[in-house]
Amino acid sequence: MKTAALVADLVTEFKTHGRIVIVGASLAGLRAAEALRDEGFNGSLTIIGDEKHEPYDRPPLSKQVLKGWVRADHTKLPRMRKVDAEWRLGVAATGLDRQTKQVRLANGDQVPFDRLLIATGVRSRPWFNPKEATLEGVFTLRTSDDSGRLQAALAAKPGRVLIVGAGFIGSEMASVCRELGLAVTVAERAEAPLVGALGGVIGDIAAAMQRDHGVDLRTGVSVEALEGDANGHVRRAKLSDGTTLDVDVVVASLGSIRNTEWLDGAGLATGFWGVACDAGCRVFDINGVVTDSIFVAGDIARAPHALYEYQFLALEHWDNAVFGGRVAGHNMVSLEADRRPHLPLPAFWSGQFGVNIKGVGVGPFGDEIVITQGSIKDRRFAAAYGRRGRIVAAVTFNHGKWLEYYGALIERSAPFPPPPPGYDQAGDMKPIPARFPDPRVPTGVPDVVLTGHDPNERGAEYRPKKRDPVGATKHAA
Amino acid sequence: MQSKTASAVAAELKNRMTPETAYAEAMKFENRANPYPFFDELRKTPVARVANGIYAVTGYRELLALAHDPRVSSDMSHSPLSARLAVEAPAEADHMKAYGKAKTMITSDPPEHDRMRRQAMRHFGPPHTPDLIPKMEADIQRLCNQLLDKAKGKTRLDVVDDYAYPVPVAVICKILGVPLKDEPTFHAWIHDFMAGLMDMGPEAATEEGKARAAKGKESTAALMQYLTELIQRFIREPGESMLSKMVNDDGADGRMSPQEAVSNAGLLLIAGHDSTVNTISHCVLTVLRNPGAFELLRSRPSLIPAAVEEVLRVESAVQFFPSRSALADIEIAGTVIPKGSAVFLMYGAANRDPSRFPDPNKFDPERRDNEHFGWGSGIHTCFGGPLARLEVNLALETFLHRVKNPRLVVDPPPYRQSNVFRGPQHLLIDFDRIRD
Repeated sequence: MKTAALVADLVTEFKTHGRIVIVGASLAGLRAAEALRDEGFNGSLTIIGDEKHEPYDRPPLSKQVLKGWVRADHTKLPRMRKVDAEWRLGVAATGLDRQTKQVRLANGDQVPFDRLLIATGVRSRPWFNPKEATLEGVFTLRTSDDSGRLQAALAAKPGRVLIVGAGFIGSEMASVCRELGLAVTVAERAEAPLVGALGGVIGDIAAAMQRDHGVDLRTGVSVEALEGDANGHVRRAKLSDGTTLDVDVVVASLGSIRNTEWLDGAGLATGFWGVACDAGCRVFDINGVVTDSIFVAGDIARAPHALYEYQFLALEHWDNAVFGGRVAGHNMVSLEADRRPHLPLPAFWSGQFGVNIKGVGVGPFGDEIVITQGSIKDRRFAAAYGRRGRIVAAVTFNHGKWLEYYGALIERSAPFPPPPPGYDQAGDMKPIPARFPDPRVPTGVPDVVLTGHDPNERGAEYRPKKRDPVGATKHAA
Repeated sequence: MQSKTASAVAAELKNRMTPETAYAEAMKFENRANPYPFFDELRKTPVARVANGIYAVTGYRELLALAHDPRVSSDMSHSPLSARLAVEAPAEADHMKAYGKAKTMITSDPPEHDRMRRQAMRHFGPPHTPDLIPKMEADIQRLCNQLLDKAKGKTRLDVVDDYAYPVPVAVICKILGVPLKDEPTFHAWIHDFMAGLMDMGPEAATEEGKARAAKGKESTAALMQYLTELIQRFIREPGESMLSKMVNDDGADGRMSPQEAVSNAGLLLIAGHDSTVNTISHCVLTVLRNPGAFELLRSRPSLIPAAVEEVLRVESAVQFFPSRSALADIEIAGTVIPKGSAVFLMYGAANRDPSRFPDPNKFDPERRDNEHFGWGSGIHTCFGGPLARLEVNLALETFLHRVKNPRLVVDPPPYRQSNVFRGPQHLLIDFDRIRD
């Protein structure tokens, strides 16, 4: 009893006088801050963000903003409640000292904390040649500033836009370009668009969609060099197949890099794949021992997932940031018995070429696919992914109302292939290889990655057991 | 407050009900005002065989799963109840045979369902017709006010006949292009359809019930004939109404066939107002039944949208719809629903599942987690939901704002025959006055 009372006092004391610092002022950080206040945390709350903007929503940046429907600075996130925080915006965190419990800022300030939430997210992978990257007309897309600049460039009616990389963002941008009536070339190293996330079977459908809408889609090629004119504006691109393109705008859509450098030397399990944590958002230290005062949420969090053989899973999905942020906030001010797991059924969506693409689960965890419902020709269908006789993911094209069904199957690891639907069956229900690219090929880095079992994989070793018994590895730079 | 005293209900429940008897009790007309204790009993078996070839689903999770399961069909022709519910055209109207028998959106499966829904939605909501519903707001508001103006100088009102009914029927007529002057005629037909064909209870098998069913079929056939003539006129003389556009528009899916247009016109006309009437009535009933609710919502109108959703949860206007059947053996919650069985998704029962909604019988306008089945779930989710939401919200808000000190005259009020589309027949209230 005495101990219990003491602990209860400590919680009350922490909720009243504790100091919490959130590094990262986007979706996960904001929702965590709101959760903390919802939980009755009345202590000091500091939110640090390297961008000068208040938290804003990113999905519109590659869609409505580029189309010119919404201004880039008009996608601020709705606030669920007052968070009464000290906002340190426009200054990046540059270091973490776990001994003194302080976050170092780029301006030299030190911000002390009792508990810390890491929500620094990802940034877009820059064009690989730094000199070419500085050419005018070369863009990446991650922030609202990026989106505003790119929107202005597209509104100026460039002769041809080149998009390098046909993941979701690249494909969405290509779709916008066609809607704006712009000539657009998409260069993708893999065999088709979206293969990293959805595999080659769906990738072929995505490729047909692009071509039907007038996209000059080039697959199996990379862009080797960009050339500028005398004014330093990009004018030409050299492709690996020897062809040359005249272009006025180039968007490098090469996936993302996790913002973990500021944590180097902090003794945490961080690296290429993100920040390893338990399913309760508590960060592991470099030895794989869980910490009690440091939490992580959003794009960079990688946690073991019960549905996927407890492999560590990093999810660059919108609702993962929301739910992860909330769970982190809750757990930061809760005792062991009250802590909750963050075990999301991964879910994502995209809009491109008039098609609403929605998915649940982790496609790349599977190796087979079956088109279950609808019609590929009409681009209205549902498909399920399987691995060793269990369903692990599903995707729908303009058929999102069926996702609930597949989500429920995935949540209980139901048999694959699922039972045939009673109507509108898409085909013979025979599973075929889903054709995911070899994860060691540095292309189409999917926004969901399974990163093995070791919380401290600083070398980011990916060793798919089935395909590659020899154990070839890839060490990311 | 209920049709039976609480102790009578408790005593009845003590006689250990089987799912069959619990279902029959819930469907009985005498329990229409409060079927919920029997649904609670029935929910002890969340998926239960309740009659020959009929399975009732009362658990929230189970209902959610089956509403989304592509082995559950909504195509009435697969259902063992299809013969009972089929509407035959009268023999003398041979040319009509094909009409009124085509499937509707709600009694069909993909891909036909999806196509029809697109062909209809194109003229009703976004992205093609984003302004239609918002533009009805002024009309709805004016209608609500006019009806309350009429009650000025009085101190008693039948909420059903004098307030809840006239608003949605005028709105749906305007949208569809059905002449409002024909309302007295089709009102009677729809009444007969509801009472005769939308009764899945034990009374349907009585002599009176059979007579009601016969009359229901006759009136439904008459309604279909009326709509056939209307659709044929729209084909000859295209206009700006939704029904006209459905048969004249060459969108991505082409125009809807006249046969399908007639069937869907019937669906849109009936579903386009009837459940809205019941929901408005239930909103008033629920708010007046719960002490403090009227003043709470009057003082905090921002709670009205959530209060409407909460009414839909506790008094679901569509209790279930008897179209669905299993196309395969489906194992769920320890029960196997055999292929060919009718599957009744009991929305009203699942909406009070205590494993989903804490304190499920409590009307709580501040309930936060309220993903109820009042609008259905899955691909057949209410087509007209956004319109109905607007109508019910405005009607309730106007009522709260203008009716001074309303009281229920009888509680429970008399209910209508249908246990599918459940709502009060009349809802008398006394009040001090109507505010300006």
